[in-house]
Amino acid sequence: MSTQPCSSSTSSNSNNCTATVAAATPPPSSKTVSIRDATAPSGSGTSTTKSSGLLSVGSNHHHHHHHSSPSPSQSQSQSQPQPQSQSQSQSAQSQPPTAPSVPQQPPHHQRGSKNEDAPNILVYKKMEAIIEKMQAESGGVAVRTVKAFMSKVPSVFTGADLVAWILKNFDVEDVTEALHFAHLLSSHGYIFPIDDHALTVKNDGTFYRFQTPYFWPSNCWEPENTDYAVYLCKRTMQNKTRLELADYEAENLAKLQKMFSRKWEFIFMQAESQSKVAKKRDKLERKVLDSQERAFWDVHRPMAGCVNTTEIDIKKAYRRGGSSHGTGSAGASVAKNPVEQLTRIIALRKQKLERRTIKVSKAAEALVAYYDQYNEFDYFLTSPELPNPWQTDSTEMWDTEKNSKDVPVRRVKRWAFSLRELLNDPIGRDQFTKFLEKEYSGENLKFWESVQEMKALPQSEIKEAIQKIWQEFLAPDAPCPVNVDSKSVELAREAVNSPNGPNRWCFDVAASHVYHLMKSDSYSRYLRSEMYKDYVNCSRKKVKSIPNLFGVKR
Amino acid sequence: MSECAASASNVNANEKMASLLKEAENLKAKLEEERQKLNDVSLSTIAERLEQIAFVNIKPRKVLKGHQAKVLCTDWSPDKRHIISSSQDGRLIIWDAFTTNKEHAVTMPTTWIMACAYAPSGNYVACGGLDNKVTVYPITSDEEMAAKKRTVGTHTSYMSCCIYPNSDQQILTGSGDSTCALWDVESGQLLQSFHGHSGDVMAIDLAPNETGNTFVSGSCDRMAFIWDMRSGHVVQSFEGHQSDVNSVKFHPCGDAIATGSDDSSCRLFDMRADREVAVFAKESIIFGVNSVDFSVSGRLLFAGYNDYTVNLWDTLKSERVCLLYGHENKVSCVQVSPDGTALSTGSWDYTIRVWA
Repeated sequence: MSTQPCSSSTSSNSNNCTATVAAATPPPSSKTVSIRDATAPSGSGTSTTKSSGLLSVGSNHHHHHHHSSPSPSQSQSQSQPQPQSQSQSQSAQSQPPTAPSVPQQPPHHQRGSKNEDAPNILVYKKMEAIIEKMQAESGGVAVRTVKAFMSKVPSVFTGADLVAWILKNFDVEDVTEALHFAHLLSSHGYIFPIDDHALTVKNDGTFYRFQTPYFWPSNCWEPENTDYAVYLCKRTMQNKTRLELADYEAENLAKLQKMFSRKWEFIFMQAESQSKVAKKRDKLERKVLDSQERAFWDVHRPMAGCVNTTEIDIKKAYRRGGSSHGTGSAGASVAKNPVEQLTRIIALRKQKLERRTIKVSKAAEALVAYYDQYNEFDYFLTSPELPNPWQTDSTEMWDTEKNSKDVPVRRVKRWAFSLRELLNDPIGRDQFTKFLEKEYSGENLKFWESVQEMKALPQSEIKEAIQKIWQEFLAPDAPCPVNVDSKSVELAREAVNSPNGPNRWCFDVAASHVYHLMKSDSYSRYLRSEMYKDYVNCSRKKVKSIPNLFGVKR
Repeated sequence: MSECAASASNVNANEKMASLLKEAENLKAKLEEERQKLNDVSLSTIAERLEQIAFVNIKPRKVLKGHQAKVLCTDWSPDKRHIISSSQDGRLIIWDAFTTNKEHAVTMPTTWIMACAYAPSGNYVACGGLDNKVTVYPITSDEEMAAKKRTVGTHTSYMSCCIYPNSDQQILTGSGDSTCALWDVESGQLLQSFHGHSGDVMAIDLAPNETGNTFVSGSCDRMAFIWDMRSGHVVQSFEGHQSDVNSVKFHPCGDAIATGSDDSSCRLFDMRADREVAVFAKESIIFGVNSVDFSVSGRLLFAGYNDYTVNLWDTLKSERVCLLYGHENKVSCVQVSPDGTALSTGSWDYTIRVWA
């Protein structure tokens, strides 16, 4: 569904859209309905590409597609005077159809043309730079006119030539990547097969043509259905096999005719006059122009199964405060106030300047060391002891993890990497708890765990939990006192008794103190202990519960 | 008279802007000078001692079909085999990715569900999008899911991303209103809000450290921020991207982050060195990056692009290892499974794929 620009402009925009349309055109009620269809979550699922192409109903009557600016492959430029209906103002030669002077455009059209850094535009510009290289007189792709039986095929190049050019001029890895690259250029409408609605590229002798810049998607046009209707209607008037409508186009035409029944006469007249103009053109030129116009519609009204590349990510359409329902948020006001924004950037840079940092080499060594340590646990780089379930369709690996009484050595090995690893593994945590109990320092871990558990509680239970922790571990008469410096205890006391009520982070300083104590002291002793060594040596300790189903801290 | 005052204040404002701009530029130059002093050897030079990654054992294994529109977000269940996905069709689907069966489907009253997340227990999911809200569903029967849903928080623009920070009881969200927010699930109370970005927040990720107090955010203001959840303040910031930052992910060591951007590059920023340490880009890659994730060792970075491909980068050598073809439209999300055995990718082609 929704392979159409307007439908991607979403529900919240649709109100807007609908309102504009209703105001601008005297109203067949069906319009409003069809727009609603476009944005409704269901109902459009089955109608697929074909019909979704028809969903946006606009009122922009500029018939731009017969303004043809000279295609790069054509030597003579040509601009035909156009038939204008009385109701319309004369549109200037090659005026883009979404020029700001058009009053009826929904807001996102105009935003699109303003937003030079919009993500789609960003990519279009990069593609256009490449297309220009391809069209360079020297070092470009060779464009020629091919003599066929009884006729000539003007301004074409082969898919094989194109792929070879990409391989030669870009840092692509292989033919597959070059072909994919060519496919993207094609599906965005910059190059097209001369007689196929499917915009893709084959690495063979199939002929392709460059699109004229006038029809490039960066011109920000979102053509209207009336334009599409005129175009399809025009095709039916020309007795040429190459202009015959494909089945899906015929279906689209039928739908449009129904949709625009009231002004079909007008559409028909426009098509007729365009067709007349076309007939006066030079034969070869006409072939090129017709194909370029067809390719334009293949981009904007693609046939089923083809990607509509003009769709915009809804997030991007709304970004930078473009959203109308974003008013009043503090964030939005920042975005609109350049002074505040700059002040923020200055503050951040100052913060960065004050920061103590380490050398890049040190950071790099640490990243490499991390890889060295975890390499054998990286399933994409090292094959696991048990077969990867996704590769073998066997769940043995997961089952073993859940049910086995034996903990694999590899897993135990990880406990030595860091205290975090040890505590993340429920069995490791269990072992460490036992070890601490033997050492009579179990309260440290208990305190740390209680603090983590408390932080995970719903807000309603926080206050009580905080009191409990305070009483148990930190209060002067605590039954289970932890060894924390007086400063941390004081901080905790202040936080617990704060007038605003304690928050879930009030023991953080004390907890991190305890954590580091465990890390530097008990943890390293544990790693040297017989208890841990037994595990590493696969002493097959019996463990009652081996959860770690969810890796949740308990 | 009043006109005079207005123009005077205009001049003042302009002067102020100019001086601020100058200060910002000066600070940038100074910062670059300072950082350059510590830029002794590059990451890729240090990584020269490592062998090249000759081969990555990765193939398409599962295709999950069922959404009727673009897949916008996916999340792995903590049980390592279920996946939740959200789509433009307004549906939330819970899959047993291993069997490719759909186990639950919920229809939201909104289209464009941009984000979804599993709770750490695996018993709840959170989601939201164009409705500006984050909604929580218990995972039970379909009818019950719909009946027992609860709205936890509301932003003033679309919700672009959400995660549970180590607890079923809290949700952290990012929004097009350029803020992030931490919510109490039970009461819907706003526990902390995070102001600082000057553009839409596109992605967030929780730091994989023992306390879970920090997270990273990426935004259309081209910045990535590290936040302290307790204070609500930015503790570290990274700039360098030339367009929207669409994705951020912590390196599994917790001391670095990777970003993906519309400028068609991914970058690695180290928090200890407080700077960019690698850029992953190629001349032939011209489309934006929507989503990134690390392999268990941090050596591989999976990146989903608007050009329908997933690129695998060697983060240490800054080289591309390989390309994954298969999706037929933009790749919107990529995520390595919790045990690191598989990669999930979601796309505008309506499908989710699992690679291993």
